[in-house]
Amino acid sequence: MNESAHLSSQFDEDLGHLRTHVLQMGGLVETQVSAAIDAYTTGEVASVKSIVDTDRKVNDLEIAIDDDCAHIIARRQPTASDLRLVLGISKIVTDLERAGDEAKKIAKGVRRIYENGHMPAQYGVGVRHIAEAALVMVRQALDAFARLDTKLAEAVILADNDVDTEFKSIMRQLITHMMEDPRTITTAIDIIWIARAVERIGDHAKNIAEHVIYVVEGRDIRHSGKGKKA
Amino acid sequence: MQIHDQPTLKAEARNLNFYYGEAKALKNINMPIYDKKVTALIGPSGCGKSTYLRSFNRMHDLYPGNRYEGEIRFFPDNTNLLSPEVDPIEVRMRIGMVFQKPNPFPKSIYENVAYGLRVRGENNRRVLDDKVEHALRGAAIWDEVKDRLQELASNLSGGQQQRLCIARALATDPELLLFDEPTSALDPIATAAIEELVHELKKRVTILIVTHNMQQAARVSDYTAYMFLGEMIEFGKTDEIFIKPQDKRTEDYITGRMG
Repeated sequence: MNESAHLSSQFDEDLGHLRTHVLQMGGLVETQVSAAIDAYTTGEVASVKSIVDTDRKVNDLEIAIDDDCAHIIARRQPTASDLRLVLGISKIVTDLERAGDEAKKIAKGVRRIYENGHMPAQYGVGVRHIAEAALVMVRQALDAFARLDTKLAEAVILADNDVDTEFKSIMRQLITHMMEDPRTITTAIDIIWIARAVERIGDHAKNIAEHVIYVVEGRDIRHSGKGKKA
Repeated sequence: MQIHDQPTLKAEARNLNFYYGEAKALKNINMPIYDKKVTALIGPSGCGKSTYLRSFNRMHDLYPGNRYEGEIRFFPDNTNLLSPEVDPIEVRMRIGMVFQKPNPFPKSIYENVAYGLRVRGENNRRVLDDKVEHALRGAAIWDEVKDRLQELASNLSGGQQQRLCIARALATDPELLLFDEPTSALDPIATAAIEELVHELKKRVTILIVTHNMQQAARVSDYTAYMFLGEMIEFGKTDEIFIKPQDKRTEDYITGRMG
């Protein structure tokens, strides 16, 4: 990645704005995920509304950033690291927006569970654990983007394995519970949806980390099995 | 876009140095030119790209004190274009050149194109007619001039004059065409016409083009070479140079970071 200034200061400014907007959007998504986890833990159903409201801002930013990308491509014909940055950003915002959607799903699932009764204690720990891991992944993926830090991006990609493994173990647990006591099925299914959303947030963070590696090094490691456990 | 076929060599610079008197303008250039591909030379003013281009058809021979070292091999016959035994006139039959500003001769459209053939000793009217038409069609200007072949070439528009110069270069059936910033004096439409023509021409001729317009290099070429201060910094497939250059200096130049 190239840090020196362009001859055109306007071009530098345009790219700078683009990066700032991505980080701003990332901050919003991080807040959404974090608030969704809090709601899950505490049962604070009131925060669900604010998560949904934030989602609108996230969507607006996605559209605005993509529009900026289109303008830069049309007017500046970026090449090399600039081109990769613009392409990478356009993909990063897609993953961010989807991670925000997943946070919204978690929030709505939490609301359903608490409106129908209460959170069965035995389910809380596992989901909260992977949710926190996924939140750290999102945070680190955004840091990796802000600092163009490929080492950190690689760590995020590896961390996704743990989230995936733990998600599977949560699924097994829930299936066992449902078989033991069919009265838990309604709640268990809601929790499966929530765990699934958490696992997807981890995937989006991993994708963002992969885009960061592409932006910095020009290596496209998607679908390469990199980071998979042997 | 990937280039799958293995390209064959049309020419190759080997340890090429060039001196304008004492000044060393090209420093140990090694570079392949692939057959029926477009190779673009980019780099800041004074980097030696035009000097390099002109070495191919021995343009520098005209001035005393100019000196070559090394070779430019031309294939398939493996001739060293720079060898003193090689006749520059013969070289120029095989290697045509088109300049920055259209430079038609003060003659008719027809005679401009026929000129190289007449130099070669061709005087048969029917042969000349055929070849002139063929070259004008090849340069995508036939339809515009077929009814006014005897008019002065200087009556044509700038873009037409440039295509006429390309037709003149094509008339002798060259194997390699050298373009020295062929569109820098043309408007965007005429430029697009020349670029489209380059794309057509590479089906039958190898093209080496010097351009200051990086987007033009990206649009028209299969390979790109970046030169700086007389050195060849990086040579590679255009896709690779413009997406992931290996050298920081190439990157700085193509992204507009170098003054």
